[in-house]
Amino acid sequence: MFDIVSFIPRAVMQAVPLMLGCTGETITEKSGNLNLGTAGIMYVGGICGVIGAFLYENSGAEMNNFLTVMIPLLCCLVGSLLMGLLYCFLTVTLRANQNVTGLAMTTFGVGIGNFFGGSLIKLVDTDLPSVVLTKTSLVFAKKLPFADSCGWFGKIFLSYSFLAYAAIIIALLCSYVLNRTRTGLHLRAVGENPGTADTAGINVIRYKYFTTCLGSMIAGLGGLYYVMDYASGVWSNNAFGDRGWLAIALVIFTVWKPALSILASILFGGLYILNVYIPTGTDLAIKEIYKMAPYVVTIIVLVISSMRSKRENQPPASLGLPYFREER
Amino acid sequence: MIHISKRGEISAGKALGIRLLAIVIGILLCSVLTMITTGIKPVEIGKAVITGSFGTMRKTWIFLQKTSILLLISLAVTPAFKMRCWNLGAEGQVLIGAMAAAACMVLMEGKASNGAVIAAMTVSSVLAGAIWAAIPGFFKARFNTNETLFTLMMNYVATQIVAFFCVEWENPKGSCQIGVINQKSNLGWFPQLVNRYLLVIVVAVVAVILMYFYLRYSKHGYELAVVGESERTARYVGIKVEKVIVRTMLLSGAVCGITGLLLVGSINHTVSTTLAGGQGFTAVMVSWLAQFNPLAMILASALLIVLGTGANELATSCGLNASFGDILTGVLIFCIIGSEFFVNYRIHFSKKHREVKANV
Repeated sequence: MFDIVSFIPRAVMQAVPLMLGCTGETITEKSGNLNLGTAGIMYVGGICGVIGAFLYENSGAEMNNFLTVMIPLLCCLVGSLLMGLLYCFLTVTLRANQNVTGLAMTTFGVGIGNFFGGSLIKLVDTDLPSVVLTKTSLVFAKKLPFADSCGWFGKIFLSYSFLAYAAIIIALLCSYVLNRTRTGLHLRAVGENPGTADTAGINVIRYKYFTTCLGSMIAGLGGLYYVMDYASGVWSNNAFGDRGWLAIALVIFTVWKPALSILASILFGGLYILNVYIPTGTDLAIKEIYKMAPYVVTIIVLVISSMRSKRENQPPASLGLPYFREER
Repeated sequence: MIHISKRGEISAGKALGIRLLAIVIGILLCSVLTMITTGIKPVEIGKAVITGSFGTMRKTWIFLQKTSILLLISLAVTPAFKMRCWNLGAEGQVLIGAMAAAACMVLMEGKASNGAVIAAMTVSSVLAGAIWAAIPGFFKARFNTNETLFTLMMNYVATQIVAFFCVEWENPKGSCQIGVINQKSNLGWFPQLVNRYLLVIVVAVVAVILMYFYLRYSKHGYELAVVGESERTARYVGIKVEKVIVRTMLLSGAVCGITGLLLVGSINHTVSTTLAGGQGFTAVMVSWLAQFNPLAMILASALLIVLGTGANELATSCGLNASFGDILTGVLIFCIIGSEFFVNYRIHFSKKHREVKANV
């Protein structure tokens, strides 16, 4: 029997990192920067949060709920901001190739995540066996207080931690700003045609820097949510896996609309764990084929949207191209 | 006041100088980082990195073999890049080529002679890799589908296909791994030239030479360069752009397929989802670092392999995680990427009064 009441909450928990990654990448791409480093940034966001929480938990100080949340959160945001700045400095200021920079960022970021994840204990000289942040995770994973008393409704809609709701609010907010405000209009202009935007008096460089850094910070939160809530505060190397790339796939799937990313990421989250819920009996191999689903669906969307070539469903026109004022 | 302008021409020597300076700065940064994290003296670091790759005869052979594999994948992605077609799917193309070779080994066990199996492996690997790359290529040519994202997704489809067969053909039962194929009969294992490393190296050397001439002196090489510079120009002079795109992607995938074939037939005799180990992405950086020049790619891939191996040895000898190599690779590449700016652009530091004079 397909257990929908337990399926949906698990799909949503899978979806939150994807949603944050996708929202961050969408606004980044709207400014014309194709940041393939998102996978690395999410690792860095996660590990920075872990480092912050680890040092706080082992500092011997009295743990206070507010600081327990704020320290990892700030560490995560600062770490991903630095990655965003690095990307911007290379691609916007130095006009480097975005694909190469993005791939290097992914190698670098995943390296940082795995290195500190594997070496943190050695580096700070403690006698703990592994990085397990149970106390911090308990605070991060707190559900809404009345979730358990509302039956299936509570399970499906109320049983998540604050970062999950924050992810939805961030996505809605980004959607609103992009489509309904002047800032959003300017941003879209920068992504479509930076030359024209520049002529109209929009500071192209500032917009690119600001949105890419903001996008990185949002994506970094995805990494933090994954470790602190989904993985219950246990960092294991490479556990985050290919979710960063899946987030980039989602951006295409949602045709660059952050509001859509809420539903789409839940769908992807569902596809990601579908293999656990579909009864396959003893045939384990077929599960691996089900895991292909998110990627195949993305490819189909990519192909169909390019075949129909409707103007509102296309990538930002200057996506991936550096901007140099004197070349326009 | 800082003013930036595009350089018209830059002498080859000057460009090389800037790039070398960037590499030196990158290596210095890497050693400082290593010093901070491990507390080892710089001289010791240098020694460890050198002995990591060249310490013994065996290590040198392994270094050459690793470099050859990275070099082959870099060569594979290069024609596509020169055409401004971002083939980020080398990882998947290598995997699917490897899978095809492994499938031949498993399915033809006990049914054919060694020569026939190797021939079948070669054909199917090349075809599998080529088709895997040509699918995104076709859609790029026909509908202008974004090839960067398409090829990226194809990587994961390939990974899952390999994962499927790893479970299907698991050996021993319950391990979810294929294990060494035909361990007793050695069917489909490539013959050794002198030792087990040389074959891959020879193939890589031949491929470098062929690719160099293909890109530089053949009609195909010329056509894809024109398409890369300007699609419109290519159309005006009568080049069939769609055909060139699909053909180049076919070539790109075929070389990846050959790499997969070598990984299975000559090196590992098995296939797993991590067989390519992220080298499909590293190859993109190698190709770009070498400015699409096959000869320079030899140096670029050797540099990255030496650095990676050295960093891994240092980190593990200090009880740290081996991913340290990835961090250093990242730092080095950032430095080189950044240096391209100074190759392409000139920075003028003009003082205020000089500007006024110019205006008068």
